[in-house]
Amino acid sequence: MNNDGRYLRLSVLIFVGFGLILPISLGFWQTGRAAFGLFPALGQDTLSLAPWRELVTLPGFGTSLRLTLVTGIGATVLSLMLATGFCAAVHSRATPGAGARMLTPFLAIPHAALAVGLAFVLAPSGWIARGLAPFVGWDRPPDIASVNDTWGLALMAGLMIKEVPFLLLVILSALTQIPVAKQVTAGRALGYGRGIVWIKIIMPQVWPLIRLPVWVVLAYALSVVDVAMILGPSNPPTLAVAITRWFNAADPGQILPASAGAILQALIITLGIAAFVLGELLMRRVGRWWLRRGGRGLSTEPGLHLASLATVIMMGIGMLAMVSLLIWSLAWRWSFPLILPESWSLRPWTNSSSGWQRALSNTVFLAITTTVLSVALAITWLEGEDRARRGRAAWAEALIYLPLVIPQIGFLYGLNIAFLQIGISGGMSAVVWAQAIFVFPYVMIALSDPWRALDRQHVNSAAALGAGPFRRLLQVKLPILLRPILTAAAIGVAVSVAQYLPTLFIGAGRIATLTTEAVTLSSGSDRRVTGVYATLQIVLPFAGYLAAFLIPAFLHRNRRKLNGSTQA
Amino acid sequence: MSLDITSLSLRTPAGELLFAPLTLSVLPGEIVTLMGPSGIGKSTLLDAIGGHLAHGFSCSGTIKLNGREISTLPAETRLVGLMFQDAQLFPHLSVGDNLAFGLPAHIKGRVLRRNAVETALKQAGLVGRYEDDPGALSGGQRARAALMRTLLAEPEAVLLDEPFSKLDASLRDEIRSFTFSHIAARGIPALMVTHDGADANAARGTVVALKKLESE
Repeated sequence: MNNDGRYLRLSVLIFVGFGLILPISLGFWQTGRAAFGLFPALGQDTLSLAPWRELVTLPGFGTSLRLTLVTGIGATVLSLMLATGFCAAVHSRATPGAGARMLTPFLAIPHAALAVGLAFVLAPSGWIARGLAPFVGWDRPPDIASVNDTWGLALMAGLMIKEVPFLLLVILSALTQIPVAKQVTAGRALGYGRGIVWIKIIMPQVWPLIRLPVWVVLAYALSVVDVAMILGPSNPPTLAVAITRWFNAADPGQILPASAGAILQALIITLGIAAFVLGELLMRRVGRWWLRRGGRGLSTEPGLHLASLATVIMMGIGMLAMVSLLIWSLAWRWSFPLILPESWSLRPWTNSSSGWQRALSNTVFLAITTTVLSVALAITWLEGEDRARRGRAAWAEALIYLPLVIPQIGFLYGLNIAFLQIGISGGMSAVVWAQAIFVFPYVMIALSDPWRALDRQHVNSAAALGAGPFRRLLQVKLPILLRPILTAAAIGVAVSVAQYLPTLFIGAGRIATLTTEAVTLSSGSDRRVTGVYATLQIVLPFAGYLAAFLIPAFLHRNRRKLNGSTQA
Repeated sequence: MSLDITSLSLRTPAGELLFAPLTLSVLPGEIVTLMGPSGIGKSTLLDAIGGHLAHGFSCSGTIKLNGREISTLPAETRLVGLMFQDAQLFPHLSVGDNLAFGLPAHIKGRVLRRNAVETALKQAGLVGRYEDDPGALSGGQRARAALMRTLLAEPEAVLLDEPFSKLDASLRDEIRSFTFSHIAARGIPALMVTHDGADANAARGTVVALKKLESE
């Protein structure tokens, strides 16, 4: 009986192995070879440490490394603190459904679009400065480096506006498994302040449930390229941006030190995660000692208010950033310090030379293809688990998270070399493949919990009524799970639209998407045209989420058990 | 026509034996009641008979339905119907389509199939409710519709897992006699798990108490 669905699981394993593991290993293998001096295409064929020596002597290397560590770890730790504080302050007042709906826009918007919008808002000529102008008497944009600052503060803010909502969602969903209200009541009755109950009682239970997503945030923040290009310091930039530049430099000799940098980037993430694991072990010991001392921490209340205030301000700025994209795409004359443009125009939209139609159709094609592939693979995987009636092995779970905790820059260049050798580099199918490596994990993670939460008795009933496995899947499971399946698909679309590096490297610069164009345009060109691309970047995922909401709402309009607030 | 279980025993994934090996025989039209303390594995036993055991559970002994050894068959070919405490109507289908889902494929023709469902709806006191949302039915209506769906599939035996425990006391007698009279009319063996002595009395069949192994 345990052999049920064996072929299904075998085909999933082959597909995942071939589609996911192979390109990642191949990419790292090629990058690793180049990092140690083996790059036959350039006539380099002796194993050496020269690329590493070259790497550390490249101008700005030390600063880049420091910037990466400070912004990556800083943004992650601060995001975690803000999200925790905000949850502690508002959890008792917000229903999970309402929370998820409020967070959706922040989860849907591609990082690069938010970064472009944020640059518009934070810039010396942006909305914040315009708002302050009448009070401080500016009649021209102040001379402050509020974007691309050498400290990386704008970069950290950009990352946090995106990551705080993500962590909030993750924490809120973890909290549904814990009787929070009762435990907070019990803790407060023992004389502990609200914040300290959260730190001492709730978070230790939440942490194991959110550990992996936090690592994903850390890995992302340490290796992000597009946001760092738009908001981060430019000379020298963060390590990941510097590596991208070296890879694309006119001098091909820089490919070797760049490869060494790419491997270093992977090491940084490994060490960063190791540091978090170490911190966790330490907290366990210190925390127990701290807990046993019995301090009531009555003074944590201001900290909670500060965290919630900071979160609300960040979300407000994020909202402004999204709106500013649309306004800029429609603005014509807009002189400082006016809050709104003096004259409006559709010219950036109607001007055919801006070429957004081509980028849009590429983006839509990539989004639909990668999402359909990923959803189909996820459903096959989950159905295989069902038929075998067994849960997921730890190694399989790790496999799903793997693409999310490795740096894209670490293997994509190497992968492109492999793709060049088999002759598919620069083609649409290669980009679909590369994007799907990152779309699939998110789709799989989004679909797994609702799939497992499906009442087994429905499936058993169908079997008892004589329905075979295929009919159970098509006529019972898929229709009941329509909403979570479409939600997972919407997440897939959002992830695909946001991909920058896979499209750039594997597309060999030949496949223009909204994201690659927006990142390119963000450095200095016309804000109106940039606004057009970034607005479209937001529109696609929003359309996906809207469809994921409306389609089940329409199809299940007369089915009260399915159209309730069960899945947001 | 009977359900014959011979020295059936179940092991949990941890290897623990759930109850003393069970041998029992249910005659056509008879309703045998299984009782026993919580956690002894009554529902797991029903899962084993119906073919719904979770991964890791193992089952030894034989289960014969009308002479057919069914313990190695997949659930969908065992012809063993199921009734739960939460009448498990599919939430995405209308009441009528839920019943149509149970109707075997050998009944062919749109009109014939529709008539079979309408007749069953009538028996359940649900005339004119074909297109309704199952979520809009009352507890008693859901229980009757679920029974009709189970019987339409022409099962050769029925398993009932605390089928009335979630119903209001006032409804319980009515639904119980509705269920039992339909099972008796079909002349098929039925096995019921319950905590309610009144269910056992009304079933008028043998009452079997599951026991722990002596050594434990």
